[in-house]
Amino acid sequence: MSTHTQSVSTAREDLTENEVVLRVTGLDVDIRTPKGVLRAVNNVSFEARAGRTLALLGESGCGKSMTAKAVAGLLDPVADVTGGTVVLNGTDLAALSPKQRLKYAGPELGIVFQDALTALNPVYTVGTQLSEAFRIHQKLSAKAAKVKAIELMRHVGIPEPESRVDSFPHQFSGGMRQRILIAMAVALNPRLLIADEPTTALDVTVQAQIMKLLRDLRTESHLAVVLITHDLALVAEEADTVAVMYAGNVVETGPVREVFGSPKHPYTRGLLDSVPADVGRGADLNSIAGSPPELHRIPEGCVYQSRCPLVQDVCRAIRPALEAEGAGRTVACHFALTTANKELDHV
Amino acid sequence: MSDAILTPSAVAPTVPLLDVRGLTKNFHVPGRGNNVLCALDKIDLHVGRGETLGLVGESGCGKSTLARTLLMLEQPDEGTIRFEGTDPFGLKGKQLLAWRRRVQMVFQDPFASLNARMTAGEIISEPWATHTDLYPTKKARAARLNELMEIVGLRASDAGKSPQEFSGGQRQRIGIARALALNPDVIVLDEPVSALDLSVQAQVLNLLNDLQKRLGVAYIFISHDLSVVRHVADRVAVMYLGRIVETGTTEQVFDRPRHPYTAALMSASPHLDVTGATPRNRIVLEGEMPSPLDPPSGCRFRTRCWKAEDVCATTAPSGSSSAAEPLHTAECHFPMTTEDLKSAGSPIKPKNAVNLLAPLQ
Repeated sequence: MSTHTQSVSTAREDLTENEVVLRVTGLDVDIRTPKGVLRAVNNVSFEARAGRTLALLGESGCGKSMTAKAVAGLLDPVADVTGGTVVLNGTDLAALSPKQRLKYAGPELGIVFQDALTALNPVYTVGTQLSEAFRIHQKLSAKAAKVKAIELMRHVGIPEPESRVDSFPHQFSGGMRQRILIAMAVALNPRLLIADEPTTALDVTVQAQIMKLLRDLRTESHLAVVLITHDLALVAEEADTVAVMYAGNVVETGPVREVFGSPKHPYTRGLLDSVPADVGRGADLNSIAGSPPELHRIPEGCVYQSRCPLVQDVCRAIRPALEAEGAGRTVACHFALTTANKELDHV
Repeated sequence: MSDAILTPSAVAPTVPLLDVRGLTKNFHVPGRGNNVLCALDKIDLHVGRGETLGLVGESGCGKSTLARTLLMLEQPDEGTIRFEGTDPFGLKGKQLLAWRRRVQMVFQDPFASLNARMTAGEIISEPWATHTDLYPTKKARAARLNELMEIVGLRASDAGKSPQEFSGGQRQRIGIARALALNPDVIVLDEPVSALDLSVQAQVLNLLNDLQKRLGVAYIFISHDLSVVRHVADRVAVMYLGRIVETGTTEQVFDRPRHPYTAALMSASPHLDVTGATPRNRIVLEGEMPSPLDPPSGCRFRTRCWKAEDVCATTAPSGSSSAAEPLHTAECHFPMTTEDLKSAGSPIKPKNAVNLLAPLQ
């Protein structure tokens, strides 16, 4: 973009819908702790496509946020990527030096965090924070960058951006702060947007507004969106494909409708059964017994063995690999559920 | 109010255990301009023995202030609370102590609401230090502690562990056991499962359900998660900006919402419906809830309501209901009609979720 009067976010001509933007293959992330090295993300693979939303679904501690941070290069100093590749638009990010990475991935990858109040700096105006991307990556003057910041604020639906550009984050409501964070993430017209629980802190009516904004941005600029969430209903409504994570591993992937319509991994099935929507009031939910293993106590063999109703000896000995299971679907289970396999219902 | 006869409390099918009328709570906020924050505005509600009342609404609507006032942690400015006919605010000394026993609370955050320097056993037993006559001997207290831990699904042998040695779900079980320690009639549950993961949330919901069946305790269940409320509540009250804008049975409020805000809330919450058979025309509300320091004139929802007309700005609507459903009231001049609901896409539909898993059943 040559002049700052141009619209900040337009469809990129170099992107076609459904093209693979991000391909993560065999990603491992280790955390160094006093108790030893923990594997937080183990052999995780997925891809995100232009104009589509991929959901990383899982409960707290399953490694979904750690995966996002590893992709964005924002891991804490105690965590390292120890294996795998992260290919953004044909370039392996892991092979770049930090400086090269900043230059290359900065404009191409945007990330939105859960808690906008802590993600924004309280001592700078939102205008200053929104301008930063233009000043660093496009070397614009403060004045020109501010004009772009105002445009960006208007683009994400913040009313009266001219007068609000000099306000501080605490002067905005939760929904507006999340809009500002989204504006920062899409400022440089990236190819990939990672949204880490973007609406968890918000009320449902505001959540609906924010998800609509993300959908609109995705459609107009062919963004590839990685939505990280624990909310199954949000995945059902917003995502095209889903990768279900458990204890640092991806256990099932596929198109959302198919995965939710006929889950093949017992964990996916258990999650769906835990949603209090499909049983009568007062009836018991089919909850999953127990709780996920702690990272330093992940067993050999299948990660889900301690809670799985289908567990057999082989599950305790050999960890099942993520294998293709029908068109576009993968599952990591020795006894992948099929419609013929009904044992779970009698447990 | 002239329509008082139509409010649920007037013609309740159950004898109300807790009956709240016209409850108002204002906070005085230091600063410029209008400094009265009306957190609760003439709240009417009732809870029957063994019943669950779901209280839904967005943050800042007054849900938690209501809970605190019911527990006598806040002094209301107007209105009455009757607990089996007695006003607890008129009680003193021993009688007050005896009353406090009957209403207990479970808090949202199982990490912040348990003292990390006490053991699970000490936390659950602490109420007996104040209410000494309940289990007077050490032996009786120990026996009751074991019993409580078992009731909530914890191992009695874990009584000596500190809270941080338990998982989130187990901690919430400790919180529930503490609330049960005084054998209350009503437990106010303020977002009891929203900090928990889905699989653990289901376990705790099952526990609450089981306890209610066994002990006959009534719940006031505060939650922003509509699917959870639909699952647990017998009746639902929807709050907006300090007022209860709609109440009715769970089926009435969820399936046939009358207030536009309720309809919008149902419509905004995502559905786990991947059949895609019925594309939804979602109501996306504009803006956010106005400041309670400066509520709109007339109907409080009018600034975000797509049905608002001039009368909404001048006259606050009073509760009204249809002839078919006299216990289902909404404060709206232009309640939702069947046609409105059809075009807006219907609220949470549990039936679709069943279809979703049908091939396995």
